Amino acid sequence: MTVRITARAEGAATVVALQGEINSTTSGGLQAQLLPHVGEGCKVLIDLTAVSYVSSAGLRTLLIVHRRAQQVAARVTLVGLSEEVHFVMSATGFLDFFDIEEDLDSALERAGR
Amino acid sequence: MSTPDTRERVDAFPTRRIGGHRVRAGRPFPYGAHPVPGGINFSVYSDRATAMSLVLFERGAAMPMAELEFPPEFRIGSVYAMTVFGLDPENIEYGFRAEGPWNPEEGDRFDSRKVLADPYARLVSGRDVWGEEPDWEDVYPYRSQVPDEDFDWGDDTPLGIPTEDLVIYETHVRGFTRHPSSGVSAPGTYAGLREKIPYLRELGVNCVELLPVFEFDELDNPRTDPVTGERLHNYWGYNTVSFFAPKAGYAATGRFGMQADEFKSLVKELHRAGIEVMLDVVFNHTAEGNEQGPTISFRGLDNATYYMLTPQGEYYNFSGTGNTVNCNHPVVRDFVLSCLRYWVSEYHIDGFRFDLAAILDRAPDGTPLPNPPLLEQLAHDPVLRHTKLIAEAWDAAGLYQVGSFPDYGRWSEWNGKYRDTVRRFIKGEPGLVGELATRMAGSPDLYQGRTSSASVNFITAHDGFTLADLVSYNEKHNEANGESNRDGADDNHSWNCGEEGPSASAHVRELRLRQMKNMLAILLTSQGVPMILAGDEVGRTQLGNNNTYCQDNALSWFDWGLVGANAELLAFAQGLIAFRHAHPVLRSTDHPLGTDRVGSGYPDVSWHGVMAWSPDWSEHSRVLGMMRCGRHAKGGTAPDDHVYVAVNAHWEAHDLELPGLPDGQRWHVYADTGVPLPHGLHPLGAEPPLEHPGRYHLGAHSVVILVGRPADPR
Repeated sequence: MTVRITARAEGAATVVALQGEINSTTSGGLQAQLLPHVGEGCKVLIDLTAVSYVSSAGLRTLLIVHRRAQQVAARVTLVGLSEEVHFVMSATGFLDFFDIEEDLDSALERAGR
Repeated sequence: MSTPDTRERVDAFPTRRIGGHRVRAGRPFPYGAHPVPGGINFSVYSDRATAMSLVLFERGAAMPMAELEFPPEFRIGSVYAMTVFGLDPENIEYGFRAEGPWNPEEGDRFDSRKVLADPYARLVSGRDVWGEEPDWEDVYPYRSQVPDEDFDWGDDTPLGIPTEDLVIYETHVRGFTRHPSSGVSAPGTYAGLREKIPYLRELGVNCVELLPVFEFDELDNPRTDPVTGERLHNYWGYNTVSFFAPKAGYAATGRFGMQADEFKSLVKELHRAGIEVMLDVVFNHTAEGNEQGPTISFRGLDNATYYMLTPQGEYYNFSGTGNTVNCNHPVVRDFVLSCLRYWVSEYHIDGFRFDLAAILDRAPDGTPLPNPPLLEQLAHDPVLRHTKLIAEAWDAAGLYQVGSFPDYGRWSEWNGKYRDTVRRFIKGEPGLVGELATRMAGSPDLYQGRTSSASVNFITAHDGFTLADLVSYNEKHNEANGESNRDGADDNHSWNCGEEGPSASAHVRELRLRQMKNMLAILLTSQGVPMILAGDEVGRTQLGNNNTYCQDNALSWFDWGLVGANAELLAFAQGLIAFRHAHPVLRSTDHPLGTDRVGSGYPDVSWHGVMAWSPDWSEHSRVLGMMRCGRHAKGGTAPDDHVYVAVNAHWEAHDLELPGLPDGQRWHVYADTGVPLPHGLHPLGAEPPLEHPGRYHLGAHSVVILVGRPADPR
């Protein structure tokens, strides 16, 4: 099981789209790939539309990326959470930490402001 | 300028291979499984084993992927420790296999056919979704796992609310929101309970006490409902499988192994709402039962250490459930202490209520100890120093220690005498005025030399009738439990108000409502720490069943429809709780002496009858008035009004003469249980003054609460 990552610029923001499962096997590599996009003052949208499952380790990876972003005044927004990922994040309190947007369009619109 | 130390550790490299895995000798402490650089460190104690293996499973696999025997060099003392490299904590389950003698007379019951759970496992899979049928043939049913322990608590800590200021609400994680009427997104879970925090805030309680949340097996009850044939559960959970692990089946995310995060998130949100979290913990016995019970962990690792055994090697049964944990054995003391420290430091738990706590002061041969080392240790432990410790100060073998539990200035007790006195008085039994006064004053007869928060006052708890059933049933009705109504307590001190069970009579229903209000009014104006059973504030019924330990259904669940249906009782309960929070005179820690200690001209507490200053302690009296002098609140340090509470358990009304107040003050009515709302309860601070100062007409079976303050509203 792998997670695929593709990054592109959308105006002032970077959209990082993930595909696959984020679990203990994939999260280490993912973290290493995500962090370079979190530069000082950046706006990063992590698109989880194609992510089927985020495990305990995976949620921690996302939170670490978010914390790194806070340190450098960057902003990370999670986009396109599946119902199940949203449910798990809500029940475990992880949702409280993140900026969340329903879909990419509204996230980009907000990021553009 | 310093740079982070990125050096590798010298011990982050394996020294040999065992069972196909790269390993090295581990660290004996801490016990259990802990991630270390490059691997996981495993450590387990057994004094009498002759050999020990670590058994590894891929997550969910039927059979082990490896068994790694601990070589002699990996053992220090009686502790086996090994670091295994290259394991993914999220994808493994582990257990132990212990070799040793089967010699019950000597206390040994080793069984190397079994994979044994780690007593220190902090995450357990196997009962991930409540009630889901498991594979009964599983070689390892309750599987130890390695949790993530980096929860982001922010600035949260245990709240440290003074014990005397608590209003405890006893509830069940599943039962609180499992009913379809709860309206939460994940019914019956930690997350569901979190969604109901606004309700708790409106109610006004500042502490929830949760029935057991340590991993247990809800399916370990062999009985069925005699009528429907449906499976009966172990719904309450007083049968611990794993003491360091939160119950997975209470988590909406249990199937993902995220119960620890979900429970921590609940604790954090409760704290944010100003509500403490107390856990009901069961250290008196384990789920392994007696000689016929399953070997899960302790029995197979070191039976003679963990259990109290007779000289013939049989299990002592002081718990009434088959075995008794050997709490004052040094190794077991260490286990209990580590466990409680873990829940306080890792989960920010505020307090514990110890089930059948009298067992905790028995010696290994069962003798009650005058100075039990476990209790002393818990009382003085640095981590637990501000943790509330509450004892259910009796056990199932007749050791009854209410008032005499070794407290070390720290322990509180469930006051069973408070419960029985209030029930009997309100029911109308004669000869109890004096004892009621003692109970309302914080039971100084039981707790002399201790603060009044030694007394946790309650009228109902999970074990027994609910408040609504206490006024609706003379007898228990436990047929649904499958034991022909033999189970459950018989001494309920209940009165059905004229009809057994549900009643269509307006008179009966009105009297029941009043009786419920009466008991809540006494509870929330008594000195000591009040505890309310969840649902009593809305008249939750169990249809007369006083032992619903096995009823995972509407009989036990909180029916949220009652919030609307019994809005009057709820409003009254909210009002009483708010009144208690507003009046420190009810929450002093010193027992009142009946003398004036601050020069106010009034004793801290004074007793009254139909005539002021003339309490009637006689056999046939059923009226008691209690006045608390506000100048004495919290030892004279907190300004407060005077409070007068009169209880009339008589079937006739009485005209009460009221004690006089200082010049310029008048009595105002806060609440009268005999008067329907809205007139029977007034907003705090806006209580109307009495029309006829100096007298109060108190109806039959009623309680009135008055406040004495300056006549001119502030």
